[in-house]
Amino acid sequence: MFEANSLAVIFVSLMGFSILLYAILDGYDLGVGILLPLTQKDDSDTMIASIGPFWDANETWLVLAIGLLLIAFPAAHSHIFKELYLPTAILLISLVLRGVAFDFRAKAAFSHKATWNKVFKVGSLLAAMSQGYMLGMYVMGFEDTLAAYIFSLLSAFGVAAAYAYIGACWLIMKTEGALQVQAVNWAKKTGVLCFIGVVAVSAVNPLINPDVYAKWFAWPTTLYILPLPIMCFALFVYSQMQLKLLPAHNDIGCWRPFVAAVVIFALCFFGLAFSFFPYIVPGKLTIWQSAAAPESLSFILWGAIIVVPVIISYTVFSYRVFWGKVQELRYH
Amino acid sequence: MLETLMLSRIQFAANISFHILFPTITIALSWFLFFFKLRFVQTGEPVWMRAYRFWVKIFAITFAIGVVTGITMSFQFGTNWPKFMETVGNIAGPLLGYEVLTAFFLEAGFLGIMLFGMNRVSARVHTLATLIVAIGTTLSAFWILALNSWMQTPQGHEMRDGVAFPVDWLAIIFNPSFPYRLSHMVVASGLTAAFLVAGISAYRLLKGDDKKAPKLTLKIALTVAMFLTPLQIFIGDMHGLNTLEHQPQKIAAMEGVWHTEKGAPLLLFAIQDEQEKTNHFELAIPNMASFILTHDLQGEIKGLNEFEGNHPPVAPVFYAFRVMVGVGMLMLIVSWAGRIQLWRNKPLPRWLLKTLVAMSFSGWLATLAGWYVTEIGRQPWLVTGILTVKDAATDIAPGNVALSLSLYLILYVVLMTAYLHTLFTMAKRAVEIEEITDDEKVKPVITSMTAKENNYV
Repeated sequence: MFEANSLAVIFVSLMGFSILLYAILDGYDLGVGILLPLTQKDDSDTMIASIGPFWDANETWLVLAIGLLLIAFPAAHSHIFKELYLPTAILLISLVLRGVAFDFRAKAAFSHKATWNKVFKVGSLLAAMSQGYMLGMYVMGFEDTLAAYIFSLLSAFGVAAAYAYIGACWLIMKTEGALQVQAVNWAKKTGVLCFIGVVAVSAVNPLINPDVYAKWFAWPTTLYILPLPIMCFALFVYSQMQLKLLPAHNDIGCWRPFVAAVVIFALCFFGLAFSFFPYIVPGKLTIWQSAAAPESLSFILWGAIIVVPVIISYTVFSYRVFWGKVQELRYH
Repeated sequence: MLETLMLSRIQFAANISFHILFPTITIALSWFLFFFKLRFVQTGEPVWMRAYRFWVKIFAITFAIGVVTGITMSFQFGTNWPKFMETVGNIAGPLLGYEVLTAFFLEAGFLGIMLFGMNRVSARVHTLATLIVAIGTTLSAFWILALNSWMQTPQGHEMRDGVAFPVDWLAIIFNPSFPYRLSHMVVASGLTAAFLVAGISAYRLLKGDDKKAPKLTLKIALTVAMFLTPLQIFIGDMHGLNTLEHQPQKIAAMEGVWHTEKGAPLLLFAIQDEQEKTNHFELAIPNMASFILTHDLQGEIKGLNEFEGNHPPVAPVFYAFRVMVGVGMLMLIVSWAGRIQLWRNKPLPRWLLKTLVAMSFSGWLATLAGWYVTEIGRQPWLVTGILTVKDAATDIAPGNVALSLSLYLILYVVLMTAYLHTLFTMAKRAVEIEEITDDEKVKPVITSMTAKENNYV
């Protein structure tokens, strides 16, 4: 059996892992949707083909993350989503719209295809922005002030830029020719926007949350945590340098910007997690105050220990099956 | 102005009703697809691959709508029903968690390979992926019905300070109503998919499609329906007996029995009067309800008078039950009529084909009606004897719920229109496509059609 206090830590780590994986995986496919050029028909087909086999499974990580919050920290789940009621509704509706647009655009009459492309793009953008808005409100402790709303709106654009950035990096890896050149340009621009967003959140977060400030600037913790922002900055620089070299002869290094983006996402996530731990609702509820009964968490943990590695292995298998440059997407 | 409780109830009902339509199809359609694929592997007959290709696209759209409308559910518990998780989260949480871990990932993980991977993996792996997706969809039914059944007939837990704690997980999962509800739902899914396959195939035949594939799928669908309808009636009867034992007030509402009586008649139709606590315009078979429920013509059935203040609203349960049974009977007649005609090697008459087209979504009607019976029949409880619906509700401003509800309703109308339109457009296009291209006759496994054609078959 597991002890109650460590169960809360285990479950918050599992949930964090799911959120991070979701942000990376659905991040790139939402990003591809945000970048979808409505005027270039062939390119949009290729772009959507590059995410076709994956998006369903990518979104499942959101269900797991929200599910873990619901299962392990029910009090936090209701607190957070009551505060974020309307942005949540917009997020869900956007996810529904883009999900169905993906399928309808391929199967509906030709005359409707352009419309479904638009729905796919707008749905992806709104989903990314509502996630960013929710993140902003969370960081601001769900304050009902003008500053909080402005910050959340900025965060909405920041997350949309971040998803577009990782989406562009994904396309560099998965496409070739003119589209790849265009993806490199997208990655350069969105990379800068994403960098500004990360800096803004990193600056505002400790300034408005005294607890966060105390955590980051307490000697000697600062020394241990300092590599995190430095690495993040270095990766942005590295990514921009790599982008200047792409597309390269024989496509060498086409995967480097994507890997850099993944690591940037992970570092930003750890930064946020470090800022708030052990609070799950900033300033109000800790993970121990809101954790569910240990007998329930143990029961699900045994399952998770067995099942999660299996999930990861068949996810890897699926990515290997569709390895390499995207081919035309068809139902055989 | 409606209050938050009522708005939340309508919103949850709308969300879950719309969502369940799509898994109801895919749970069984995935097994149809596995069967088509398996037959193709065994026989090498291209017609099986035709059937697979046509239906896998319908599966893909249906599955996608099911996934995205399902995400909504995992947020709703917290937003609109906070007390639900606070009271029974220790039970509901792990069951939902196992659904995500064992079912959702399994189906979503292998869906990509099933849909787009045929040319990238071996035939064996592809068939296996199809099988795994089918297992995944069925497993998700297993977990969610375990939770729903526990809410109907809870056991295996203990209450401490108003919060449920698990004591025996096996007792929780295999609670009294679970086996019946699970089999009833899985068979309902089978019938829903069978009538969808039959209806769309009949539609193609009516449009002048003279190919083998729609005829074959029509025959298979009617065969499945012919066996499943009697089986479903049998399971439904057992489910009813189980409900009589554990939730007698639900049975009283279903049968419209206001006062305890011996030798209760089976009401084929009646107008419910909740004020006067009586039925009007009864059309009844004497003693039949008692006979069905107690296997004794003079058996006693407890009336609603014994559950004063603790029974569901009668009218919706009573009418929904009749809709479900009525559709079931129609399914029985139509599937047998159609299958016998095929068995005598005669083509189906046009009126029967048209009836099948009209019944393409009859499974939806019966399934929803059935769910309304069991869910409204649990009222006023959310979890029988533990938590009422009223106590579980949120305190969000009604304006917010009204806004989100309106957005969802608009979305659902748009989605349903697009879904139905796309399904019939695909069927129409399939009529115009050649059955087999020349080189496909040589190598049935490898597609050589142009991509454009491929999109429509």
